Amino acid sequence: MANNYQDFLSKIKEQIPEISPKDVQAILESQDPTSASPDAVLVDVREQHEWDESHIPGAKHVPRGYLEQRIGRAAPDTDQRVILYCQSGNRSAIAAKTLIDEFGYTNVENMTGGITDWKQAHLPIEIPFQYSDAQRIRYSRHMLLPEVGPEGQEKLLKSKVLLLGAGGLGAPVALYLAAAGIGQLGIVDDDVVDASNLQRQVIHSTNTIGESKVESAKQTIEALNPDVEVTTYNTRLNADNIVEIIKDYDIIVDGVDNFPTRYLLNDATVRLKIPVVSASILAFDGQLTIFKPYDGPCYRCLYPVPPPAELAPSCGENGVLGVLPGTMGLLQATEVIKLILDIGDPLIGRLMLYDALAEEFTNLKIRRDPECPICSRDPDEISDEELGKFPDYDAFCAGAIA
Amino acid sequence: MATVKIPPVLRTATDGEKQVSATGGTVGDVLRSIVGDYPDTERQLFGPDGGLNRYVNVYLNDEDVRVLDGLDTAVEDADTVMILPAMAGGQ
Repeated sequence: MANNYQDFLSKIKEQIPEISPKDVQAILESQDPTSASPDAVLVDVREQHEWDESHIPGAKHVPRGYLEQRIGRAAPDTDQRVILYCQSGNRSAIAAKTLIDEFGYTNVENMTGGITDWKQAHLPIEIPFQYSDAQRIRYSRHMLLPEVGPEGQEKLLKSKVLLLGAGGLGAPVALYLAAAGIGQLGIVDDDVVDASNLQRQVIHSTNTIGESKVESAKQTIEALNPDVEVTTYNTRLNADNIVEIIKDYDIIVDGVDNFPTRYLLNDATVRLKIPVVSASILAFDGQLTIFKPYDGPCYRCLYPVPPPAELAPSCGENGVLGVLPGTMGLLQATEVIKLILDIGDPLIGRLMLYDALAEEFTNLKIRRDPECPICSRDPDEISDEELGKFPDYDAFCAGAIA
Repeated sequence: MATVKIPPVLRTATDGEKQVSATGGTVGDVLRSIVGDYPDTERQLFGPDGGLNRYVNVYLNDEDVRVLDGLDTAVEDADTVMILPAMAGGQ
């Protein structure tokens, strides 16, 4: 007996309401693409490789082979409007029938002519990021998380993060951000690897003692993940170079060990509106917060003036438990990834304290100061001369040591 | 008696104690009671005018006392007062 696919298809199409690409486009344009519960859900039922080539912006991907299993995630409410499409409109018609007959969806339509007709009508398409096979394997555990997925991993691969310091905090942050596939990592440090660093600065090794920290870190990162492009700055941040170095980065990870640079960094990042994921450590204690300009407080809102040298242990050398910068650095790396992916509650307007000996985490509320000398003003009003300005702190520290 | 948490940089002034109990009906009274017990903390907490130094933040439980009533903020026995000077150090 002859195969009667055409008869089968015609019968199905008679039963399924159809909608034209232009009408679908009008619906998509009329609804907020970021809405969690849009009026209409557009579902692409093609195979993975077809979706990867191009798809309709705003569509959700549920391959027909997984339709029954996954449609509930894309369209949880069986009464909501669901529009299906495929390459030419046939597979999606059959899928639509399944949703109506087997799952009781009441408002399902099939887009006529599929994405082929959509393209012929010159409607917009999205060409997704092309992952290599190696990348699909490397980032597979991220891809499996709905909060990350291929779109989130693409954001990570396209993000630019600057690490201030390749020391105690910078070392673990760099390792984990590199492993996560942050596309561009900048590292600022003018120090060389010393044997006394290796108790905590895990990105360096016995083999790189005496080398510059930025080069040592770069070697480790490149061995860990070739996707990451590392830019090294073998220098110290100062008022003359800070804007040039930081201006193109999305996020800055601050682990600097002295107050003058913290104030300079704060003022420059407020002016450029770059969020700073900031941590500090001492002995068995750590602090962590995100300074996101104009969204939460800045460093000067919290501490408008620096402490005198005898209350500022950064002026000299202090002991630190080797694991502590690891703990704090990984919390920093976590906040960086949350900011890039725009997931969860970022640590903005909150200061987290960690006491390793007590095993105690404390969250304090921190607020913007309406009279803050820096962030109460428009960013364009902050001049070069004002960056990092406060009483002569270098001299103060020098005096205290002498 | 309220509990007062002493930050690492102040512990040399409190004989290494990281948590002390102090009496007082307000944040100011509590801090002055600490100064009474540990005189070395005075110039670290208070300026010459008797006000709290601006590089020291004080929290009552999780709230900055500056958004409450400052040194006049009322303190109950079950409260925790946290002293928090600015900290740097990433190495």
